[in-house]
Amino acid sequence: MTALDGRVLPDWAPYGACAASAGLVALLLIAAGSFSIALLLACTAVMACLATYAWSRAVEGPRRAKDRLVTLLILSAFALALIPLLSLLFEVAKRGIPGLSLEFLTSDARGKIGGGGAAHALVGTLVITGVAALISVPIGLMGAIYLTEYGEGRLRRALTFFVDVMTGIPSIVAGLFAYAVFALIFGPGIRLGVMGSVALSVLMIPIVIRASEEVLKIVPNHLREAAYALGAPKWKTIARVVLPTAFAGLITGVMIALARVVGETAPLLVTTGVVDSINSNPFEGRMQNLAVYAYSEYRTPGVFKQASYDRAWAAALLLIVIVMVLNLVARLIYRRYRTETR
Amino acid sequence: MPAAIGAAKPEAESSETEMKPPLPSTSTARTSTRASAGRPAKTIETRDVNLFYGDFQAVEGVTMTVEPNKVTALIGSSGCGKTTFLRSLNRMHELTAGARMEGEIALDGQDVYGRGVDPVQVRRLVGMVFQQPNPFPAMSIYDNVAAGLNLSQGKVKKVDRDAIVERSLRGAHLWEEVKDRLDKPGAGLSGGQQQRLCIARAIAVEPEVLLMDEPCSALDPVATLAIEDLIGELKTKYTIAIVTHNMQQASRASDVTAFFNLEATGRPGRLVEIGPTEKIFTSPSQQATEDYVSGRFG
Repeated sequence: MTALDGRVLPDWAPYGACAASAGLVALLLIAAGSFSIALLLACTAVMACLATYAWSRAVEGPRRAKDRLVTLLILSAFALALIPLLSLLFEVAKRGIPGLSLEFLTSDARGKIGGGGAAHALVGTLVITGVAALISVPIGLMGAIYLTEYGEGRLRRALTFFVDVMTGIPSIVAGLFAYAVFALIFGPGIRLGVMGSVALSVLMIPIVIRASEEVLKIVPNHLREAAYALGAPKWKTIARVVLPTAFAGLITGVMIALARVVGETAPLLVTTGVVDSINSNPFEGRMQNLAVYAYSEYRTPGVFKQASYDRAWAAALLLIVIVMVLNLVARLIYRRYRTETR
Repeated sequence: MPAAIGAAKPEAESSETEMKPPLPSTSTARTSTRASAGRPAKTIETRDVNLFYGDFQAVEGVTMTVEPNKVTALIGSSGCGKTTFLRSLNRMHELTAGARMEGEIALDGQDVYGRGVDPVQVRRLVGMVFQQPNPFPAMSIYDNVAAGLNLSQGKVKKVDRDAIVERSLRGAHLWEEVKDRLDKPGAGLSGGQQQRLCIARAIAVEPEVLLMDEPCSALDPVATLAIEDLIGELKTKYTIAIVTHNMQQASRASDVTAFFNLEATGRPGRLVEIGPTEKIFTSPSQQATEDYVSGRFG
């Protein structure tokens, strides 16, 4: 045996260790009379880690044993993070699919006791988030351009700090802010779709700024210098070189910000109100949206409780689908327009 | 006079003609005139140039002339301020945060750093090619060459633009290799091709002076030779200053050589000697130059 080769565990070793641990743990738990899936998984993970480490250390030596142990730990952490996500998706799909129907997607709830659909909420969600994007994307993008291309020193650092703080404000505060602004102008009790958009913008702008700033920062400086050396003024350098180079990343940032606010409930509850009929004009009257719809269907189910609950789950499922589509679109755009930069 | 540089291009040209009668009058159709070989290019004169990054002085007291229609090579060991000095010639130096300049730099007698001189206008007259080929990744080959026009001037007619792109690519010896794929991304070319694309991009805006910062250091010997040939050709139209670490390159491609050196680390770089390339490489007047070109240090 030379220094370069040594004894190695067979390829199936990690799986074998996991399977053996699972079997052993299951037997022990049944014997102790306290069997449960959660306990089985947790104990198996610990057991498999210990067993693999000991086995590997005995055969392969301490370095490989450590490697195997850490690999298993990381895998367990990943699985742990996935469990709530998958169970949530599964649960929403299971309970939401029965409520999804053509009627649910195409009709509103006006005067339909125990029936009707969520078309008004779907329209409201799209209009409110659409207007929110129209407000936030230009402001957020220009803010990011200021921070990366123009801002310097203390002012820039202070702004970055407050943008970070803004990403953490509770969403209900954004809603109350929008309500207060409009109530000052139009009097108390006002409810408008655009108020919801303003509230969502307060949440969205900092996300857009942060995401765009990161993307603009990684545009290599030598590209800016190349443009300057051609006699390009600064604004043209930004508009024609920096932004197109970062285009794919900027779109992704916007999409992620949209996905983040599309499911907001609290700020819309106080700004756009609850309503049963379709309203696509953000500047007049109340406007329903999917998150508030799901909330109110669950909160005040009326006479036909189960039908209401089904619609609430279906609305939740629809929201998740919208978020997924937004993310998919972001990925497609990213792949299509990504530019290689060194 | 500085206002002439600061003003829009056509006015700058007319006032140049007023100022220097011997210059043959440049016609208004810049696309055709600049293409002719043997046009008088511009001289850059510097006096007592000191360059700083914050408190650190990188270059001290450089007084030299970059002569028209000649290739001036700046040689010297790493960190002696050649690149910094080169970047000060088209006011790229000040783009670095905290960078400062003292002294005088004049382009055909006009103060480049004068009050009211727009650095953007200076850079239109003094183009630059960088160490790493840096074509714009979001643009096609065609758009890369046309970028200078689009970025520095207003609208250019499609026909004129096509002509300028073809002429610039031919000028950079790249036309034959890329004429069938002008719409493909510039980043897909090889390193040497990318650098020639960057040269095409720089000459498309027809600068008076071309600065090159180690344009071949990222290239293989074949691509390097292609660029050196190109430089020899370009000097008929432009004033060229080139920073290089490659002693053979300086001796092959340049007419005038300036040797920069720094006495010790942390001290500013200085111009030790400038003269005809042949003299610098065979019988330099300074011992430091002789040591450097003969490879005894640096």
